[in-house]
Amino acid sequence: MATIPIADDGLTPPSSAPYLWHRHSLATRLTHWINVVAITFLLGTGLNIFNAHPALYWGHYGADADDNKRWLEIGAIDNAAGQPRGITRVGPIKVDTTGVLGVSTGSNGAPQQLGFPSWATFPSVRDLATARNWHFFFAWVLILNGLVYYGVGLATGHLRNDLLPRLRELSLSNIWHDIVLHAKLKFPKGEESKRYHILQKVAYGGTVFILLPLMIATGLSMSPGIGASWSWLVDLLGGRASARSIHFITAALVVGFIIVHVLMVVLAGPYNEIRSMITGRFRIDPETPR
Amino acid sequence: MTLLTRRGLITSGALGGGLLLGACDKLTQSDGVSSLVKSAEGATYRWQRLIGRNALAREFTTADLSPVFKANGSTDPDDDAYRAHAKADFANWRLKIDGLVERPSEISIADLRRLAARTQITRHDCVEGWSAIGQWTGPQLSTLLKTVGLKPNAKYIVFHCADNYGGEISKGGAQSTGLYYESIDLVDAFHPQTILATHMNGAPLTVAHGAPCRMRIERQLGYKQAKYVMRIEAVDSFAKMELGHGGYWEDRGYEWYAGI
Repeated sequence: MATIPIADDGLTPPSSAPYLWHRHSLATRLTHWINVVAITFLLGTGLNIFNAHPALYWGHYGADADDNKRWLEIGAIDNAAGQPRGITRVGPIKVDTTGVLGVSTGSNGAPQQLGFPSWATFPSVRDLATARNWHFFFAWVLILNGLVYYGVGLATGHLRNDLLPRLRELSLSNIWHDIVLHAKLKFPKGEESKRYHILQKVAYGGTVFILLPLMIATGLSMSPGIGASWSWLVDLLGGRASARSIHFITAALVVGFIIVHVLMVVLAGPYNEIRSMITGRFRIDPETPR
Repeated sequence: MTLLTRRGLITSGALGGGLLLGACDKLTQSDGVSSLVKSAEGATYRWQRLIGRNALAREFTTADLSPVFKANGSTDPDDDAYRAHAKADFANWRLKIDGLVERPSEISIADLRRLAARTQITRHDCVEGWSAIGQWTGPQLSTLLKTVGLKPNAKYIVFHCADNYGGEISKGGAQSTGLYYESIDLVDAFHPQTILATHMNGAPLTVAHGAPCRMRIERQLGYKQAKYVMRIEAVDSFAKMELGHGGYWEDRGYEWYAGI
């Protein structure tokens, strides 16, 4: 390890030996790990908050009697044997989700009626007040952390140079080429691994430019205070109940991103990938077979 | 470098795994952590006041009304004096206004209904996540406050209600009377949409919705919309009232500033 040269200047050393390349700036690494903590708590507290009213609607409003506006609900019914069953409905589709959604095993080992199971929520017990306190604290962390990230990313050109797809990268053939490479688990080697390819740009850029801003915009829209000050934002999102629905869907997409992201890190070489997000240094292996 | 990496891996892995298993629940029991987390409320309050101190809540039309406006919380206060008033159609009921005011007063429901009223169709957002649109009519709180005259040291307006949720042990272990109460700052107290609603959807308030009058503080959540208001008190602090957080739900961990 100690013999691997470090090329912080971005220049390729003349030799064909592996070397460490400075991949992530301090700002990227810091904001990444702050985001990991913030988003973990936001997801857990978010599900606890959702459990206070495990139903979603479209429009400006929605409550128990508004069946025509409700598109998702997680509930429980007793079956013929008197056993509680968890039922999740999305649009016209009803699924028995006992064990996970609607009815799940509580911390005392007994079945309990709860939207999302206690292992997925923070706190693990139903506690709307605490979940809200923590959710809003980490919402502030996410926003301030995001402002630092965007500020540095704009100033250094990181956002434009590294994350924004080039027009030519958006060609169907290029996208298809990258999908095939991913499907074969063939990850770029050597100098090619120094830049993001189109699927990475779509995943990272989509999260940075679309999902997280939408998360914050829909979150703000649920606040009655912001609803007064920025009523245009609530209207843009189709009303408060719609904003709550989009907040939930976007959170699910963020979870999807995290799953794919972690999976790719594991497949691409977790030691090198995680090191590059901690120390900044990423090992470049030459493309030529040794 | 290697050590740091491994340690980082172990730390982040343990953090994620621990959270999923709910092992971090004990974080919520730490006073230091709790006060750090609750500091976000002050930031939210100051920021919202900064960007829209006088902003008006969105008003809707009669076409937007919820077909059914959910009656939540107390729907029939279990209080003998209140029940007697309800039975007499609140003919003998008087709203008390006192505390840090120049002219403590009492006002009947008939006189309350005779004051210049504001009608507004607004969205009610419950802290649980559901919303309903209703039409509310009643005098502005500012009208009453100007009539009684606030003393210069008045900082908050407290609403004392007839409903009792039961005085269970609250977070922190102290015992409360269980009587519902709420409080707001003077920005919201003098906000044009802050009214004492005597009518909902064009009809006198029903008991389920807070008869004879309830608060509408349109830029905050449902738990601020105190029902069965019996007494309005101007104070300089609510630290010594009940459990000291300015409201029944606030005493149980919810934000005092419910604009979020």
